[in-house]
Order: sequence, then C-alpha cells, then structure tokens
Amino acid sequence: MQAQKLDYLDELEAEAIHILREVAGQFEKPALLFSGGKDSITLVRLAEKAFRPGKFPFPLVHIDTGHNFEETIIYRDQMVERLGEKLIVGYVQDAIDQGKVLEQKGKNASRNALQTVTLLDTIAEHGFDACIGGARRDEEKARAKERIFSVRDEFGQWDPKRQRPELWNIYNGRIQKGENVRVFPISNWTELDVWNYIRREKMDLPSIYFAHQRDCITRNGQLMAASPYLNMDEEDLIVSRKVRFRTVGDMSCTAAVASEADQIDDIIAEISASKISERGARLDDKVSEAAMEDRKKGGYF
Amino acid sequence: MDILKFFTAGSVDDGKSTLIGRLLYDTNSILADQLEALQASNRKNDDGTIDLAILTDGLRAEREQGITIDVAYKYFQTEKRKFIIADTPGHIQYTRNMVTGASTAKLAIILIDARKGVVEQTIRHSYLVSLLGVSELAVCINKMDMVDYSETVFREITQAYEALAAKLNLNKVNFIPVSALKGDNIVHRSDHMPWYDGSSLLYFLENVEVTGHLPSVYARMPVQWVIRPQTEDLHDYRGYAGRILSGTFKKGDAVTVMPSGQQSVIDRIEVFDKEPEQALTGMSVTLHLKDQVDISRGDVLVSSARLTQQTKNIAADLCWMDQKQLDHSLTYLLQHNSKITKCKIADIQYKVDINTMKKEGADTFHLNDIGRVELKTADELAFDWYDENPANGAAILIDSRTNLTVAALMFREAV
Repeated sequence: MQAQKLDYLDELEAEAIHILREVAGQFEKPALLFSGGKDSITLVRLAEKAFRPGKFPFPLVHIDTGHNFEETIIYRDQMVERLGEKLIVGYVQDAIDQGKVLEQKGKNASRNALQTVTLLDTIAEHGFDACIGGARRDEEKARAKERIFSVRDEFGQWDPKRQRPELWNIYNGRIQKGENVRVFPISNWTELDVWNYIRREKMDLPSIYFAHQRDCITRNGQLMAASPYLNMDEEDLIVSRKVRFRTVGDMSCTAAVASEADQIDDIIAEISASKISERGARLDDKVSEAAMEDRKKGGYF
Repeated sequence: MDILKFFTAGSVDDGKSTLIGRLLYDTNSILADQLEALQASNRKNDDGTIDLAILTDGLRAEREQGITIDVAYKYFQTEKRKFIIADTPGHIQYTRNMVTGASTAKLAIILIDARKGVVEQTIRHSYLVSLLGVSELAVCINKMDMVDYSETVFREITQAYEALAAKLNLNKVNFIPVSALKGDNIVHRSDHMPWYDGSSLLYFLENVEVTGHLPSVYARMPVQWVIRPQTEDLHDYRGYAGRILSGTFKKGDAVTVMPSGQQSVIDRIEVFDKEPEQALTGMSVTLHLKDQVDISRGDVLVSSARLTQQTKNIAADLCWMDQKQLDHSLTYLLQHNSKITKCKIADIQYKVDINTMKKEGADTFHLNDIGRVELKTADELAFDWYDENPANGAAILIDSRTNLTVAALMFREAV
C-alpha cells in the first residue's frame, strides 16, 4: 500500500494542473483570463507547472477597465516579460468610445460591470472557446454551485439550471459553435489555501497586497483608495491610512482593509483570524443578495 | 494535513442543510459578512434562532422554493483536516445530483429522522452509496431532541439499518445520534445522551482513515498532453503529462502503453523543476520513457506488472442524467478520462427500482433511472473494473447532438 498521502496543497495543485491540461487537450483556442490579482497569478504559476518546459497552449487575456492600480499593470508587464508568453489586452475604454456601454454616473460609479461587454467582445474577436479564470467556490454562494467546466451560451450567459453533471474527474468540454466554456481550476481552493500556496511557492505579488500608506476615503462604511477614478465630492474626507487590498479589481470598486501586515506571514495570520470574507471587500456584490447570480447569468467572469 | 471530500444525502425535512450549517457555524467557518447576510434574512427557526440551513442554499431559485436543486460545494477546516462537502438534494428527482456528489466523495453522511426511522429514501441513499462504492459511511440519526434523546429509538433504528447495510455490502457503517438543530454530537459531545459512548460527528470526520490507495502494480496514468518544446536545446524533449489515477510509478518501472501494447521503462519523472523518484496516486506529473514510442492523448500508461482490461464490449451500471430518454438508435460519445470514443447501448440487462432495490426489465432509461447495460464502443478501452479500481473504472456518456453529459457509467463485468 502507498503510505504517503498528499499534503492538501499538493492535492489542490495536482487537481488544478490536471484541469489546465484538460483544457489544453480538449479545446482549439483557449485563453487564460489574467486580472493581475493573486488568484490569476496563482493560475499562471500552475500553468508553468502544467506545461513547462513547453510554451503555454494559450495566451493571457487582460480585460483592462482603465481604472487600474498602477502597481498591477507594472507587475503584469514584468511577469509577461519573464514568462515569454503572449498577452492580449481588451480595453473597456474602447467599448465606451464605441458607445456600446455607458459610463455609470454618481458616487458609486464603477467600470466593473462594464467589463462583461469587453470580455465578450474579446472572446468573439479571437474566437476563444475556453476561458480559464481564477474564481473559487468559497467566494460566494452562486459560485459554490458552479461547475469547473462551466458552459456559457453565445451571449456569455450561465444557466444554473442547465449545468452538466460533473462526475469523478472527467470534464466534458464539448460545445456548439458560438458557445464557450469558463474553466475554474482553483474552484476547490479557499482564500487561505491561495495565500499558503503563494508563500510555499515564494511567488511575487503586486505591492498593493501588502500594507502600505495610502490616501483613502470612507464610502459605504468601507475604505476606498482616493483616485481620479472615484467620483468624490467635498463630503469625502481624504485621510492617509495604512492599508492593504485583499482582492484586486477596478480601483473604484475594490475596498481596502486597515492593516499592518506587510509580510506574507502576517497576512496569513490576519486572514486566519479575520471575520470579514474576501468578497465583503467588493462593493459590487453588495447590491443585492443575489448579485453574483445575476451577474454570472449575464456573462460575468 | 490532508483533504477529506464527503457528501451528504438527505432532504430538507431531515435537517441536512441545518446539519451542514451547524458544522460550518460551530467550526467558526462562517465569516462576519456572511453571518450579517444570514441575520438580515428573515428566515428564523420557531424559537427565533437563525435558520442555519440558509448557509447552504445558494441560488435564488432554490431560496424561493426552499429546496436544494443542485450540488453545492462547501469548505471548512480544522487543525486536523480540510473538508470539502458536496451538498446534494435528497429527493428522488435529484438522484443524478446525488450520484454526481458521491462520485468524488470518500465518505458519505446519511441522515435518518429519528421520528421516522429507516424509510424509502434511506434505502435509496444507501443504495447509491453502495453503487458508487463510497468507502466510509456515517449514519446520523437526527432530531434526537424530538424523541427525548431516547436510547431505545436509536437502537431500533441502528438495528433496522444494519439489516439494510448487510444487503448492500456496506461494511463500514458508523452510527451517530445527533440533533443538528440543537448542536448535539455535531461538533461537541452531547450531555443529553450519556448512553452514547461514541464520538461527535466532527471528531469522526477528523479521524477516520480513508486512504483507499491501491498497490503500486495498479499504476495508471492517462496521457492528457504531450509536452514537446521543439526548441534547439530541448530538441528531443518528449514528456507525457498526466495525473496518476492509482498506484505508484517509480523510475525504472516497466510500463505498457494501452491499448497499443508498446512497452518501455520509466526514464525519469518530472514535476516542474523537481525530479522525484516516484509518482504517487493523485500527483500531476510528466513522465519520460527510455524508448521512442508513439503515444498521444487518450492512451494510458500502466504498470507492466498488471495490465488493464482491454475490450470494446462492457457491462456497466448506468445512471441516466438527461431529460431526453436513452435512445438505442443513437451513437453516443463515451468519455473515459482523457479518451473519447463512439458508443452504442447494445442491450439493457435490467433497471433497478432504487426504492426497493428490485430489478426489473426495461426498454429505455429516463432521467434518474439506474440499471445495467451492455456497451459497445468503437475503440478499445483500457480500464479496470469499478469495484477494483474506481478511478479507472468509470466514464460518462455524452449526447453528440446536444453535447450534454447524459449518463454516468461504472464498468462491472465482461459481456
């Protein structure tokens, strides 16, 4: 009998690599959606483990809202340089300029929701049949029920009632023309797993994940980075705070948390003790209890 | 620390969602903002406490109807283990969801309402556990608070269940009297049942041994992808990428490529920048062979000490999962790990009434039907019998018109 059991990080890693290789084996034109966040950085690391010394069988695709943290873009470009892989960028600004979407107005305006149109345009333009994403089932209730291979119709929509059963470790990626599949290799990871993996693999992250001094305002009870992308008025008081970010989204919808954790060990300790879940720092989920389900049905990541 | 995947069978009425909610709540696996959303929701128990079942109801459609219509995955961990729960609905119309949840689980929790005892759905759930070969089973006799924590009630139910378990060849059964609503014997031992000397459910989950790994001669790796950089310095590099389904491969092991039968020896094992001496069950690796052999996706590398079965005609248990019934005249696609081939259903041996476990004749299979069929595939499959090696003994059927997954298959015997 085999005495050794795989450690949980090894098991999660092996599962994710298996899924990435299934994507390579089953699809003609896959892509890896890269946001610059820690989950997609983890995916890139897993892709290296799945395909090196060969090239990735897919390009990286970044949907750029134009409201980025500068640190993320610097990180992205350095990473692509190091990897020697192809990067495709889809700009939300293009969709705005073409009049396909309207910029939101008011204090809570964000480009987060506008990304969907650019994502679908980019998928159509390049004919991608599978898009690998870094979503995890522990993030949110609707995600908890999504398959690892999640089929979207030609409008990018997810239909929770028509999901294919996913049995054993056999993934059915067959689709009709026009449909595509979103693939989530780290579905079974938790936020803490991702951080533990980043520590184990000694991976670099954009600096905004670590505590730093930043000008912030308080909006809806949460700390937001003061930036030209945030609609501010005289009621918004700018204060310098020591903060870090738990997710990296659009600057106008990603809240910071007050933190002193500037080392990965401190972050892991903070998360272990934390009483606010990661998506709690995303204003875009707060709109209604069924927010994520609605956005996914509409073609969101 | 390892990971234990388990699934829960039971219906809303048995308090299954409450049980899972209780496990998450009492292990501090609910975070502040989730708790806030929970408290903001207006579903409460009769005594005004929070309805923990809400934690596992994901989709709005389900919340509106108060039922679970899909498999929801939940995560929690203790200092001993990480847990992945596949939460599946228990009504007969969701048999396919239960089969899905059970397919990746190493342990099953079956819930019995103490007031009702072993009922039709208990038989159904237990039959599925047996069919899918889930190795460990915890039978939770729930709502003990509603029967005055009576030892007699508990004993009567365990006796009735043992008779059922014997019929189904379920030999590792653990009984735990619980009240999910009140928290008795879920995370903490209960004071209400001094006659019970076993452990709480959580203690059991943390400590149960569920390796189930097969000896090394069962080494099998379906090839998913061939890595060929074809650069100047890696001109001859040819690595076979895949995940070890079962057994162990070591450097120097004699291997056979199935179904072609070509033989070679493992030259080295790569895991990114490391070269381990052996590849264990569950690892994703890249194997290099001593000889130049023709291998592509869908082939299986197996230990030459014990080859797989190799045939086009197989008797298999089938669970039908599609709204459209099985159509004999159609050619389906069969996907067995990384291999896809055309497949016909040559014959139906029988259908099983899963409430009574009686076999009956049938012309076709409808949604949620289970029974035995004879398959005829276009290409030879390299597989093991499900009872011996489930990881290499299962497949899915795909309807090539709709691309939907229409059935789960477990290979049972030669035709």
